[in-house]
Formats: sequence, C-alpha cells, structure tokens
Amino acid sequence: MRAVTWQGRHKISVETVPDPEIVNPRDAILKVSSTAICGSDLHLYDGYIPGMRAGDVVGHEFMGEIVEVGPSSTLKKGQRVVVPFTISCGQCFFCEKQQYSACDNGNPSETRDASEVLMGHAMGAAFGYAHLTGGYAGGQADYVRIPYSDVGPVVIPDDLADEDVLFLSDILPTGWQAAINADIEPGDTVAVWGCGPVGLFTIQSALLLGAGRVVAIDHFPARLALARQLGAEILDYREVNVREALDEMTGGIGPDACIDCVGMESHGFTPDNILDQVKAQFYAATERPHALRQAILACRKGGRLSIPGVYGGFADKFPLGQLMEKGLTVKSGQTHVQRYTGELLEMIREGKFDTTSLISHYAPLEDAAEMYRHWHGDQDSYTKIILKPGLEKGAVKTMKEMEHA
Amino acid sequence: MSYFSRTALEKPEYLIGSVAGLAAIGAGLLFWRRQRRVAGERAATINGDAPHWTLKRKSDRALFGKSLLINRPREELFEAWQVERFPDFMENVVAVEPVGDDVSRWTVKGPAGREVHLVNRVTKIVPGESIYWQSEEESEIANSGEVRFTDAPAGRGTYVSLILAYAPPAGALGRLGAKLLQREPEVQARRDLHRFKQLMETGEVTSNASPSARPSETATQPHI
Repeated sequence: MRAVTWQGRHKISVETVPDPEIVNPRDAILKVSSTAICGSDLHLYDGYIPGMRAGDVVGHEFMGEIVEVGPSSTLKKGQRVVVPFTISCGQCFFCEKQQYSACDNGNPSETRDASEVLMGHAMGAAFGYAHLTGGYAGGQADYVRIPYSDVGPVVIPDDLADEDVLFLSDILPTGWQAAINADIEPGDTVAVWGCGPVGLFTIQSALLLGAGRVVAIDHFPARLALARQLGAEILDYREVNVREALDEMTGGIGPDACIDCVGMESHGFTPDNILDQVKAQFYAATERPHALRQAILACRKGGRLSIPGVYGGFADKFPLGQLMEKGLTVKSGQTHVQRYTGELLEMIREGKFDTTSLISHYAPLEDAAEMYRHWHGDQDSYTKIILKPGLEKGAVKTMKEMEHA
Repeated sequence: MSYFSRTALEKPEYLIGSVAGLAAIGAGLLFWRRQRRVAGERAATINGDAPHWTLKRKSDRALFGKSLLINRPREELFEAWQVERFPDFMENVVAVEPVGDDVSRWTVKGPAGREVHLVNRVTKIVPGESIYWQSEEESEIANSGEVRFTDAPAGRGTYVSLILAYAPPAGALGRLGAKLLQREPEVQARRDLHRFKQLMETGEVTSNASPSARPSETATQPHI
C-alpha cells in the first residue's frame, strides 16, 4: 500500500510499504477514506518530538471503512468509522476512569520504557506519533491496523459526510476538552491563544459551554477571520500588546480562563522566543512556550489555565512564581477522545459545530510531501488539509479563497 | 608522561586546571560513597515504610522489584500465574520443564543469542497471596524471588509485585552489558510483568506490529 512516511526533519515522503495485518484478536483493518494533517504533525515535521525513526508511517486523524476484523472485534466489514487518535484498551484503571489517553496498556512493553524515563510514567499510545507513544503506524496511508477496535472507533451514520465527522478523531474533542478543562462559568471571558484547527474548535466549545465572550489571539489574518466568523473577538499580536489589550477588555482583571492552543512552537518576535528558537536550532531545547508564558501572566488571579497545546519536555524561563502567586488552576493533557465522541457526534447532528469552514484544501495522499511543506510554510492560506488516498497525484482542490480579517 | 609534564611546566594553568579537575572528581566520588553509606545506615536505623527492594542498600546480589496495578481480582490473577501460561507473556522464557517436586528447569534467553538454564525450587506458596522460589545448586545463575498479590484500594484490582534477587554472572559490569543488550533479568521481568497485565486486562499482549518503510521490519512483528 501507499503511506506517508517521516524520514527526518522536514523530510516527508510517500512510499510503498507492506499492508497491515490483523495481529491481535481485537484488531480491525481500516481502509482510509479521509485523513487530515494535524498541527501536532508539524512538531514531528520540525523534529521537535523525540523518538521518531526514519520510515515511520505518520497520521493520527483518519476515518474510513472496516475491511477486516479479528475474532474479538465488535465491528463489521463495511462499517464506516472514525478512529480516535488515542489507542486505549478500555479496561485498565485509567480507561475505567475515562482517562483514555493515559491508558496503561496501549504502549507496548518494549516501547514504554523510554517514555517512562522521560515522563516519570509511561505515556499512552497514539497512531503515527513517535515511538515514545507506542510506535504504531499512522493513518496517512491506504490502510491502518486498529488495535482495541471494540472500544475506540465511532460508527458513522450514512447521512453524514466525511468532513462532518472526520475531526472527531482528534481536533474537535481536543478543542472540547480544552474548554471543559477551563471550567467555564456563565459570562466568563475566555482567552484562546492560537487560531489553528484546535483553537477554532476551542472557541466554538467555549461559547457552547457558556462563555460570555471569547478573545482569540493569533497573527495569521485568515485564521483570525475564521475565529471571528465563529464568534470570537480577535487580537492580532503583531498589532497590540496582548496582555494590555486583555486587561483593558476586562476592567483590568484579565480573562477568567486562558487556553493555550499553540504548544511547543510559538511564533512571535519576542526576546524569550528568539532565545528558545536559537536553543531549538541546536537541539538544546524542545520547547518554545512563549504563548504559555504570556497566558499565565495574562490570566486573572484565581483563574483557570487549560493547556491542550502539545509540549515535549523541559521548559525554561517558566513563570512558576506567577502561576503560584496568582493561584491559577491548571488542567492539561492529551485528549481522552473516547470519552467525548458520543456526545460530540450528537452535537454535530444537531448542527452545533461548524466543522467545514476551516478546511482549506483537499489533496491526494500522493501529494503529502508538498502539503506538509505548505502546512508548515503557508499557514495563512492552509488552515486545514484533508488527504484522500486513491486520488491521482496533483488533483489538489483549494476551497474558497480564505477571507482575511 | 613527558609530554604532559613539559606542557604542564610551560603552561602552569594546565597543571592547575588538571589538579582542580582531579580534585573535583575525587571529592565527588567521596561524596557519593558517603551518601551510599549514609543511605545504608539510615535504612538500618529509621525503618521507613518503603518496600525493601527500593532501599539504597549495598548488596552482592542484584535486587529489584516491580509492582503493577492490575485491574482484576486477586484470586483470578493468582490462579492465572501458572507455569503453563508463562510462555503467553514471558517473552524471554524458552521453556519451563518440571524436574521433580516443586523444582523446575528454566531455559531463558540471555545476551548475544545464548541460552541460560536456571533450576528453581518453589519454597513456599500462600494461596491467593504469594509464591516464593529459590534456585538450586546446579542453576547457572543463583537467584531467588517472590510474586506477591495484594488487594489494591476498592475497585482498582490488585497490586502484583515481582521481587527478584540474582547474582550477576559478570558482576555489575556484566549486568550493565546485559541491560544494553536488553537481556538483563530486571528488564526482562519488568516487561514480562507488563505483558501479564496486558493479557489479564485486555485479553491480549499489546503489539505495535504495523507497517513501516524500514525494509528490516514486517507488518506482523513488533518493533522498538
């Protein structure tokens, strides 16, 4: 089959690799119909995530049709499903607490050691995302092996199109959990750093959960325009001092909740970020947490900080005293996707989420290398890319010209 | 030597630097030895509640223990810890043959493709709670150990602890070498215990077997 593979920093290639096979009784094999490139795939692309090996099949947002099932799978051939990016067994202590991304069984014995050394406890497992999280092949491919297929996959009714439901795999539940983790109270002002796909779903979720106003922060005009379209007030950090603006919008107290949808690769020409950039170039740091630093300083005293953005290791220049003295509550973590997919599918059916405005491009799987380049370098015009296996190379479809804020 | 002394004479800062460096290393070593001695003495006097295998005590034998929370009832796990089921989750165990009352001969994969033979006697069984063993004279590696099953807080299942002491064939250095080759008993036992947990909780041993563009790998074999 054909698959998108990671070959090194800024090296992505589409290769012919063996087809996946059923290995364990609960497995199923999925024929991929749609698969998206995620913001966190950029961390792999930029070489920020340790534990990748040349030749890894990437991709963790995907859906398709079940073509083969193991004897203990509850799925049937021909069913259309969306697959959560987290590989969770459903039966360990963590899964029973619905903390699916902390599953203690998905990460195999052989690969869990390294992440245990790095994190203190072994990480959960995910598709197509480094050997620290299990070393499983991802879904930017013609076919994928799905472990624990009786627990994760969400069966999709025929009347819903791929683009309505594909984001149940990651970014929609990630935005939803980010807003839930902000413990929003009615009338709250919620500030969201980053208007990428997760930020855009966080904005929608915060408003659905009762936020009085959502203030979104970014610098790409097209992304800010999408944020505004979805109901947020917007701040372009190249235009204003973000903290001053947030204070002035809240009578000087700051937002009640701050959500970092940026993660480890902050943009921005600030002294702390320039130093982080230099260190990262020399492999002396994995984190560039400028947005997180700013969120901590911006948040109101006694407020909530939610961190869906991905970080990989040790951060420096971290405003720990500010976090403590202001008495912030912090919630974070990879998304417990399986916990939310049921209610979110219902909400999609009720039309509560706009899942399609952010999609800027549909492209053949074969064009993945070029799409990664654009996703990395042209973030204003490429706001979400969906790859389609089977299409002929070059058949890229650009959605409507993005509006600019 | 002559080169060093000439350089040192010509450039006294080299000599001062070298002496300072050696002194720092020496001080570090002394401090480390003292810390170890103090840790040992404290463990003997304070009697804390830490599991004994976690204490920083000096011993000729390599001692380690690993406890895992397994979300199944204690009795079920005790029943499942049977020699016949070991090959299901003990990846490095090639064979276990009974050779008399409570004695069995184990063939285990060792470093560099070798096989190691152990002869172990089960010395005590407390039904539902623990199994103890001790190696016999003819065992290639002297070892002893215990598997312990204790109730976890309500609703969480069982703490399963595997405690193992063995005499490393080539001392501490040999142990390090075996660790690097991923065939050291601690590494093996820890991974096998995780496989036991996977099997008991999920019904299968977790495998990341899946395609990659590395020609050395297949889609059905797990990889690191």
